[in-house]
Amino acid sequence: MKDGFRQSMAWLHTWSGLLVGWVLFAVFLTGTAAYLRPEISYWMRPELSLSRSGPRNAEVAMAAMQALAPDSPSWFITLPDGRETTTRVFRRDPAAAGRRFRDAVLDADTGQRVATRDTVGGEFFYRFHFQLHYVGVLWGPWIMSVCTMFMLVAIISGIITHRRIFADVFTFRPGKGQRSWLDGHNICAVLALPYHLMITYTGLVLFMLMVRPWGIERVYPGQRAAFNTEAFGNAPPRPRSGVHQPLVNIAPLLDEAQRHWPGSRIGRIVVTNPGDARATIQIIRLASERISYNPQSLAFDGVTGALLQGSNSIRPAAEVRGVMYGLHIGRFAGPLLRTLFVLSGLAGTLMVATGCLLWTVKQRQQAARSGRTGFGTRLAEHLNIAVIAGLPLSMAVFFWASRALPLDMPRRAEWEVHLFVIAWSLCFLHPLLRSRQRAWADQFAIGGVAFMLLPVANAFLTQRHLLATMLGGDIVRAGFDLGLLAWVCWVAARCWRCCPGEQDGNPRPPLRSRNANATAPCGLHGKRPACLDPGLRLDVHRIHRSVSEHGAAPGTGAPPTEHLNLPPKGFPLRRVPVAGRRPVSPRRHGGLGKRVAALVRHPERGRHADRDAAMLPSRSHPQAGRGTADVEHESKLYLSS
Amino acid sequence: MPGIPANFGALRIWCRPGALARRRAGILMRLLAGIGGGYTLAALFTMTLSIGLPLPRSEAVLTATMASFAIYAAAIVWAFAAPGVLRAWAGLPAVAVALALALALLQGRSP
Repeated sequence: MKDGFRQSMAWLHTWSGLLVGWVLFAVFLTGTAAYLRPEISYWMRPELSLSRSGPRNAEVAMAAMQALAPDSPSWFITLPDGRETTTRVFRRDPAAAGRRFRDAVLDADTGQRVATRDTVGGEFFYRFHFQLHYVGVLWGPWIMSVCTMFMLVAIISGIITHRRIFADVFTFRPGKGQRSWLDGHNICAVLALPYHLMITYTGLVLFMLMVRPWGIERVYPGQRAAFNTEAFGNAPPRPRSGVHQPLVNIAPLLDEAQRHWPGSRIGRIVVTNPGDARATIQIIRLASERISYNPQSLAFDGVTGALLQGSNSIRPAAEVRGVMYGLHIGRFAGPLLRTLFVLSGLAGTLMVATGCLLWTVKQRQQAARSGRTGFGTRLAEHLNIAVIAGLPLSMAVFFWASRALPLDMPRRAEWEVHLFVIAWSLCFLHPLLRSRQRAWADQFAIGGVAFMLLPVANAFLTQRHLLATMLGGDIVRAGFDLGLLAWVCWVAARCWRCCPGEQDGNPRPPLRSRNANATAPCGLHGKRPACLDPGLRLDVHRIHRSVSEHGAAPGTGAPPTEHLNLPPKGFPLRRVPVAGRRPVSPRRHGGLGKRVAALVRHPERGRHADRDAAMLPSRSHPQAGRGTADVEHESKLYLSS
Repeated sequence: MPGIPANFGALRIWCRPGALARRRAGILMRLLAGIGGGYTLAALFTMTLSIGLPLPRSEAVLTATMASFAIYAAAIVWAFAAPGVLRAWAGLPAVAVALALALALLQGRSP
């Protein structure tokens, strides 16, 4: 029974993970980028200069808002902290189109409006990872909650499936096809397992009151506001009186706040009905000082400066929710912890990616045996390329759009996102036109080159090139550029290692003889056997070994595999249909462009791409496309004869 | 059901005719039990606890809602872990009926 249980959990793990795997990949990757939201926003607005938080920021911001929008119903002022370098203000404006809000970026020291380009900034990744942008704020969280539920089930069933969780942390066997993908999947999953569980469950909790309203509906039928007041202590707003009264000076209020929260900083100020006799000033403590995301706030009368409502004491369950919220958003994390968050997020991204790849590799292996590749396998392979290679490419396009679009373009920020979506759609179409290996290589290569050129573009399109930022001590921008360059160097180094060539002291045979090899099934002449997919390599190794142990075919003097090339009469040969039918042009790897062509190629595919091509059926070598299963049968026949 | 490779074609040779259809039907039933049954169970659980927990109202609601995800996940795992389809289907309604009874009792007690 125990085995049956594990097996059914393995089934559940496979399918719950695979069905939503591509959405989860996008959520993990953009969510990880969202941890660096202020830094990305800062990088994407090269007009901003370094300005640090000072003691008079709040007074400056209040004076600026007084001049900017004295009649607005409410102001929302976010003061700079260690990561945000400017004061950001929102104000309600009934005349504004759309969301009835206007926003502005103010210099923290002078209160002057900073003219920045119209860009979404890092906010895009944050919004995308739970709204999927076009889906919107209403349906996005619903879709995300369903996918996250799948993820939770996949994690639980994955833990049950595992026999040796601890040993898996130290097990990685590279270059062994399916085994390597499984090892990679296990490492990414197990190393950051507490993080994965935390981020999944807290992700569900974020939208629980929206997707799970049963409890509220039962206890507070039709009284959402009453629940909010009771649970989170949100005071109901005071109505406008219509009598004009000037606002009180903010400085004494800030001193009062300091007495309530000694040694802390102020994160936000919300002013309701400024200039009215019933104005309210709410002072909110900096959110990143606490793990819990429940805001600590003090409400003052806007005219007299009297304290209306003290820092509300949050009850335990509401505080648990606040802590879960804060853990998910990770604003409290300092530089070291934030690095760990980002690394764990990347581990989750890799976990999802290797899981999806693992499934297709397995399916290919079965397909090679049964001789049929299902539509599902091909669809999954297609989606793998378009999502795993295509999403980073589209992110690069998004960054490029923010740099290169004309500054006076109308609706510029929207077009940044449109370009991102257009690029990603093209990534979904592209694998239809190319073979699998080429599609992987193309998309990774384009994405890699696009990222690599971003720091270069900085030098031409902005004043913030790497030299200037490093000399100016602008750590964030310099770090962003250096990070991109380091990443590209790492990928290039990987490709250099994986690139077919002389790196293992085994010079590649000239092109012609490689083509001759292609007539032998699976290229068994070569040092390494060819394969459709990494998963097949073990089998081919086995055949190769067993054949070579039995020596050459009697009487022929030829290598035994040459003999195998002739199918025995009456043996029903089936040809393996593969997604990419056209063989790769032999010229592709020749000459100077040899290394360059393999740049940013998928590691496993990269090393064997040419021999993979030898496997594929072609007009000149119709025998070349036969699958491993046939070879296996034939070698058995040969050995038994 | 368990351990079936997704490539059903490979299995067809060894399977009796009709066995495949039965397996697929089994999976479908478990899916229904897990997703539909789990949803019902989680909803009943949340409502019962929201009323029944000896906490302030808002606290009880939040606690019950936060725990409901674990219940849902457990129900789905149960639907696929149960040895037979029948048992998978029998287990969830048994808990659901117990919860519904508790809910009815609590509602009768509270105003």
